[in-house]
Amino acid sequence: MDAIKVENLTKRFGDLTAVDRISFDVKKGEFFGLLGPNGAGKTTTIRMITGVLGPDAGSVVVEGSDLRKDYFGAKSKMGVIPEVGNIYTDLSAQENIDLTGRFYGLPKALRRQRTGQLLTEFGLNDRADVPTRNFSKGMRQRVSIACAMVHEPPILILDEPTEGLDVMSRRLIVGKVKDMNLKGTTVILTTHNIEEANQLCQRVCIINKGGIVAIDSPERLRKAAEKMQTVEVAFDRQVDPASFASQFITKAEMCGDKWRVWTEDPDSAIMHLVHLKEREGLRILSMTTSGPSLEDVFVKLCEAPR
Amino acid sequence: MNWSIYLRGILTVARKDIRIYYRKAPVFIFGLILPAFLFFAFFMGRALDIQKYFPGFLAMTIFFTASSVGPLIVPWEKQAGTFERLLSYPVSISTIVLGDMIAGALFGLLIGGIVGLAGILLLPISVTFLALVCVAFVLGNLCFSAMGVLLSSPSGNVPSNVMMLSALVRFPLIFVSGIFMPLSEMTGAGRYIAYCSPLTYLVDALNQGAGQAPVFPWFADILAMLGFMCLFLVAAVGILKHNSLKRV
Repeated sequence: MDAIKVENLTKRFGDLTAVDRISFDVKKGEFFGLLGPNGAGKTTTIRMITGVLGPDAGSVVVEGSDLRKDYFGAKSKMGVIPEVGNIYTDLSAQENIDLTGRFYGLPKALRRQRTGQLLTEFGLNDRADVPTRNFSKGMRQRVSIACAMVHEPPILILDEPTEGLDVMSRRLIVGKVKDMNLKGTTVILTTHNIEEANQLCQRVCIINKGGIVAIDSPERLRKAAEKMQTVEVAFDRQVDPASFASQFITKAEMCGDKWRVWTEDPDSAIMHLVHLKEREGLRILSMTTSGPSLEDVFVKLCEAPR
Repeated sequence: MNWSIYLRGILTVARKDIRIYYRKAPVFIFGLILPAFLFFAFFMGRALDIQKYFPGFLAMTIFFTASSVGPLIVPWEKQAGTFERLLSYPVSISTIVLGDMIAGALFGLLIGGIVGLAGILLLPISVTFLALVCVAFVLGNLCFSAMGVLLSSPSGNVPSNVMMLSALVRFPLIFVSGIFMPLSEMTGAGRYIAYCSPLTYLVDALNQGAGQAPVFPWFADILAMLGFMCLFLVAAVGILKHNSLKRV
């Protein structure tokens, strides 16, 4: 059984189709990423999966429970950190976590035990009873994630959880989420941070203009974009961009003090660079080759018309 | 529908509202200070028959206190960014509306209860139809609290705008509902306007409970308040659902 099965999910806002017949499934225990540029439809998709927004068409099944037929049952299986999902700043961290536990029907003793445990794990024990209005963004986000975890949900959905956080908070949160995933929790993550998705996700779904443009593991997506291999070269002095013109080089771009060239054929591209060095009397300071990054794949896919 | 989760959601929303919103300044101002000022403005220093006007004053207190919490909650939560998190819990829009209504009604019951008891114990007020007073008291609180929730539902995320709108709606109602001028003395269009106000039926029921001549039979007052409450709730749920489908 899939943890989440989304079929033909559609959402329109007036004339705009924000999400257009999206279908995908997330396996149990999988770390699944939703990537896309701003306005691609990621958050609308997450809102429909979590029951915050009703779809115009399509279905969402959460661990066998259809969100339309068993609304509360399906929602109870998820822990959600919405994009615009703040905690109650009039309440303390402890009260926020306890309140969430009440919504999920945890008995008092279990609420108390899990609240204490989460406060310790997120390093909030010393300020557990202080109203969160004076907390930093990172601390509030830690409370927010603790709230989503209090009922130990089988599925954790995080919409941009590390956006704008300090390094320590980000590490703490990523570590905790990875930990939960290792223990069997299915995680769905939307993020702008492609490197984060690359490091964390077993599969990523790239959404653009309301539709899925690719869905696969980061490694396979990279392999599928062989044309986007790069050679990075540093010369001892400035080079005219026109000298990179070659049938083997699709694009050349200056990155700091280096030049990055994109190619389908790294061998021929390197030969071209060596000829350039000899012709111009240049000295090569460094040269590296690399396959396409997930970011390259993402940009290429999102640039292509749907 | 899983009723136990539904009920749990309503009670948890109400608990959260009580914990957070009872202490907010607008609730104090519109729920406590305003009815007290109105009492001083209209009743103090005038040779009024307190027994005759007390049910009206009690109804006005209930009206203001019970309807003061609801208008604040949804816009406040939308502004603070907690509304979307709330919706992601196992709750629905109707759970939130009912929870907000209960929180507002409990505030009205508490303050109205204190005022009512003080009236009975300290003033020469007699209750001749206790059951009607109790039912009307509870139903009035629920009805006006539901009205408060309805006032907030079409709102955006600016609490002050909603409080202004709610004051605009609530103030005229106290002048057309038989508080300052008994219903039986109203004539013409004024009387028909009074029929459209839910407050009219609470004033009439409390008048009847205090032994005064009613305008409507007691069950008509009860049914009218029940009807208004259902209307407010259905409208609030409908509007909030419609708004939640819009792009955020």
